[in-house]
Amino acid sequence: MPTILAVDDSASMRQMVTFTLKGAGFTVIDAVDGVDALAKAKTAKVDLVLTDVNMPRMDGISLIKELRALPNFKFTPILMLTTESGTGKKTEGKSAGATGWIVKPFNPDQLLATIKKVLG
Amino acid sequence: MSIDISQFLDTFYEESFEGLDTMETELLGLNPGEADAESINTIFRAAHSIKGGSGTFGLMNVADFTHVLETLLDEMRDGRREVIQPAVDLMLASVDVLREMLTALRNSEDVDTVRVAEVHDQLEALLKGGSADAEDEVVEDSGEADNAIGSSTAGWSIGFKPLSHLFKTGNDPVRIIKELSELGAIKASADLSAMPEFDLLDPEECCLAWQVELSGEVTEEQVKDVFSWVDEDCELVIEAISSAAAEEPEPPLSEPEAAPTPAPVAEADPTPPAESKPAEPKPVEAVAKKTVSAAAKKPQAAESGSIRVGIDKVDALINMVGELVITQSMLNQLGEDFTMDRVQRLQEGLSELERHTRELQENVMQIRMLPISFSFNRFPRLVHDLCSKLNKKIELKMSGENTELDKTVMEKIGDPMVHLVRNSLDHGIESPEDRLAKGKPETGILHLNAYHQGGNIVIEINDDGAGLNTDRILQKAIEKGIVGENESLSDEKIHELIFAPGFSTAEVVSDVSGRGVGMDVVKRNIRDLGGVVEVKSKKDAGSTFTIRLPLTLAILDGQLVRLGDETYIVPLVSIIESLQIKAENVNSIAGGAELYKLREEYLPIIRLHEVFEITPVNTELVNGLLVVVEGDGQQAGIFVDDLLGQQQVVIKSLETNYKKVEGLSGATILGDGTVALILDVAGLVTLSRERVKALKNQAAVA
Repeated sequence: MPTILAVDDSASMRQMVTFTLKGAGFTVIDAVDGVDALAKAKTAKVDLVLTDVNMPRMDGISLIKELRALPNFKFTPILMLTTESGTGKKTEGKSAGATGWIVKPFNPDQLLATIKKVLG
Repeated sequence: MSIDISQFLDTFYEESFEGLDTMETELLGLNPGEADAESINTIFRAAHSIKGGSGTFGLMNVADFTHVLETLLDEMRDGRREVIQPAVDLMLASVDVLREMLTALRNSEDVDTVRVAEVHDQLEALLKGGSADAEDEVVEDSGEADNAIGSSTAGWSIGFKPLSHLFKTGNDPVRIIKELSELGAIKASADLSAMPEFDLLDPEECCLAWQVELSGEVTEEQVKDVFSWVDEDCELVIEAISSAAAEEPEPPLSEPEAAPTPAPVAEADPTPPAESKPAEPKPVEAVAKKTVSAAAKKPQAAESGSIRVGIDKVDALINMVGELVITQSMLNQLGEDFTMDRVQRLQEGLSELERHTRELQENVMQIRMLPISFSFNRFPRLVHDLCSKLNKKIELKMSGENTELDKTVMEKIGDPMVHLVRNSLDHGIESPEDRLAKGKPETGILHLNAYHQGGNIVIEINDDGAGLNTDRILQKAIEKGIVGENESLSDEKIHELIFAPGFSTAEVVSDVSGRGVGMDVVKRNIRDLGGVVEVKSKKDAGSTFTIRLPLTLAILDGQLVRLGDETYIVPLVSIIESLQIKAENVNSIAGGAELYKLREEYLPIIRLHEVFEITPVNTELVNGLLVVVEGDGQQAGIFVDDLLGQQQVVIKSLETNYKKVEGLSGATILGDGTVALILDVAGLVTLSRERVKALKNQAAVA
């Protein structure tokens, strides 16, 4: 099963995402912010990245830029978790190299539907 | 699949409360006019997380409220709105409202909707009235509505030409076409004209384009949705096809602009499942609604009272348990064929067991220890609010924030500390004018300090205000009959009077320092925690309140004493000394009370067997021992039969297992399995004082 790197500074969101994805059979690596995620990304094989945008230390946008610069992540789907009010963030994320986004609030079913769509 | 997301609520509440604390701290640190971008960002992030989480977990009222707050913060963050004091105050009020909402929700109580609406309206008003252009509120996907062809067409002709970098966004054109096929029947053809010759082909670049005919009842919205992730990474032409034209596919869109060598154009179908049934349109977003309402049901239990523990503390515990297991198996082995010549080994093993148990105990205690900053953190807000209310200028200094103490003690010391701080702000520190008149700096200083001393934590609340007014205190005490008319008291004794029950000097009852729910309550609360509070004060130089507390309520260092057949435990901290009683130092006073002359002081003697009505070995003072204790600022001698050992005891509550007993603070189980009662020294001292008073009165009457 594919491995998903899930990045969010909110513990409850992390729990929810991890629980949902694991329940669907994915392998999940979780990270608390961009710095953590980047360190984990360098040592693991990841099929998809799911990242929050607003995070301390390193935010989602910078994380996406950093990831895209890694050879292993050149074509990896990277989805941002963003809120509807953050229209600007979507554009910013896109130009940083994001594949797409999932709009918060979302429920587990929506999350799985989108991820399955991307992973085919 | 449906997942019950209410299981994550506890975590959500916990992190939200932390987030609110962070917001509060940062808001208080903001300097209106020159707000620090990083602070605003931190505040925004916290609000943002709460909004995201509350939306996800179905707490829509919290999400709605936070949304307005977030919008405001977003404008400040982008520099579109100035950070002004009224806005900061309103945001602080919003933090309070959110805290109340979340607390109510967690405890399954009703949210105070009136208050929520009030602050919500104020936020809205600020948003509308303010500088910023309210562009955020524009609903994303309106606009297209007036596109008349939106609804019923026979289908769509879609020209999709990804830009060469598309792959580098992680998107896959095939996936997109596949998604289109889920909307309706498609006919797709690839345009290979931009394909370079094979040896020039860069596999990382996308050089294909597609022309897709989508038929079925599909709205333009749905089509655009499919391309929403890539609309800036491709050239996209979406045209409606009328029923008549539907059969005639249009030629591929844009001609290759600068294609090196035009490849032969061939009809190709890159999407295997091209022929999918023209079923009901299935927009991705449609899955939404269901589980949100499921999550809206009430959270289960109220506050479960969890604490966060550093991984290192847990690791230390695991390590310790490992050691314990090794010792246990060693002892097991020893027990299997034990002979007397192995007694030495047994003793070694047992002492190792003891050491590990003690270490384990200490480490377990460590888990409950939290830095006092958790408690200190509420004060910047308090000081900020009171300063504006009282028109004073006060700087809050804090030190020793990392001093750790037990979580329960911390929770219970909060209110007394607030009371003392309020008092210092209200009565201690003078108004700027008065201070200037006294030649002091305009801004007063309130200093909170904490440190460990012995087995205690000491918390100091120091202000550089007016100090206690000894004359007025004495006068008041005489008025209230606490002190006799002609008694002469040292300044220290007079200062102590403020802790006497029913004593309150505030001439004007203000809503700041309360209505005479005075220092006696503070003192009693602290005493209930096994602690003491003292005050030192100097006129015009300020006052210092010192609170001394045991680090934990769960374990106590005790002195075991014997009285008849019973063993009692005296908390070691309250013992000053123990001595053999000399008959010549015992003085009987009216009513049968006894005093013991120790150096130049007279101590009341408490005959424990009389208080507890048990039979001692002897009733002759000279045959027993006197344990001199201090409780509640008063010294007394407790008469016991004998002193036994000292040991740490685990405190078991009497109240939860039986009921509260005057003079006792709890019980414990000794090594031999018997129950020993723990003396409440302060309570005993009060008890004996009352007894002496009663006896005196009896004597007077008789």
